[in-house]
Amino acid sequence: MIRAVLPHPLLAAGLFATWLLLNGPLSAGDMVVAFLVALIIPQVMRQLEPDRSGVRSPGAILRLASYVAVDVVRSNYAVAAIIMGRRRHIRRSGFIHVPLDLRNRYGLAVLAIILTSTPGTLWVQYDRATGSLLLHVLDLIEEGEWIDLIKGRYERLLLEIFP
Amino acid sequence: MNPLIELPLWAAWLVVALALCGGLLALTGSIGLVVLKRFYERVHAPTLGATLGMTLIVLASMVFWSLSEGRFALRDLLIGVFLTVTTPVTLILLARAAAYRDRIEGDAQVPPE
Amino acid sequence: MTASTVLFWGLGVAQALLLLAMLLAAWRMIRGPRAQDRILGLDTLYLNAMLLILVQGMRSGVGLYFEAALIIGMLGFTATVALAKFLMRGEVIE
Repeated sequence: MIRAVLPHPLLAAGLFATWLLLNGPLSAGDMVVAFLVALIIPQVMRQLEPDRSGVRSPGAILRLASYVAVDVVRSNYAVAAIIMGRRRHIRRSGFIHVPLDLRNRYGLAVLAIILTSTPGTLWVQYDRATGSLLLHVLDLIEEGEWIDLIKGRYERLLLEIFP
Repeated sequence: MNPLIELPLWAAWLVVALALCGGLLALTGSIGLVVLKRFYERVHAPTLGATLGMTLIVLASMVFWSLSEGRFALRDLLIGVFLTVTTPVTLILLARAAAYRDRIEGDAQVPPE
Repeated sequence: MTASTVLFWGLGVAQALLLLAMLLAAWRMIRGPRAQDRILGLDTLYLNAMLLILVQGMRSGVGLYFEAALIIGMLGFTATVALAKFLMRGEVIE
């Protein structure tokens, strides 16, 4: 019943918020239009049939968000230090393969956003058949360390969020 | 300056500090684009401006507009969300295209598929 | 020092930094050496221009600059994706 009106509740909520944010001060009229947009646009998505996201475990989401916030600041500083010439000579950059257990499309999308948002790691290619991710790392000290970081810090939580 | 907008002095300094840090990070990213030697190293540089630099400037803008209009003006958040979602797409596509081209040309430093 | 002088000069310096960032990105775009470097330079140029316009919105107190920044961001994204696609295949529209 509720699925007929709201096939994608998160998308509807996002559209509602986006519409209100774009239209400046809150007004009753905008609320009505935002409500209609949030109701109608997800019906269009029905034709595209995206997989259900099925987000779980709000605690894990919060923990992941705090990890990412810390890591973004830290890696921004690290990359800025590299660019500004400190440790330019002893640095080695290169490609690594990370074997991933995560298979959920949305989980992989979030992982891609996290890895790109933390400067110093770049997602190059993901092979769905083998689950292997090709990553370029700017400051490659220890290959195993990077794999442990990605698998232990991000992937474990993402597996909880997107089972 | 627009005479309509009068901010308290501390807020003006806060906005300026946030915008300056953001601008400095974006500039660092662009410097990296110039000084780093290989393409795969250079791809990392603009993410400085696209992540923390962008966040700081968007924060400055949100503080500025919220205080000067006297309400929560959070629409700049949309730019932040939009950029966070799109930057990975552009960079991944670009890196894949570069890897594809390098493989065709037989660059040994790029691992095979 | 009044708040508006602080904003005027402080944000002006921030704009100068972003402008310099744009120039460096443009240098990479012109110098290359390869097509992917140029596209990366263009993408950075777009990004810095967008940030510059956001700061200009604060400096002038005109809210319309937000829309301009949003459009530049979207066009920059589309352009870079199209160009990256072009690198892979050699044709934009398949």
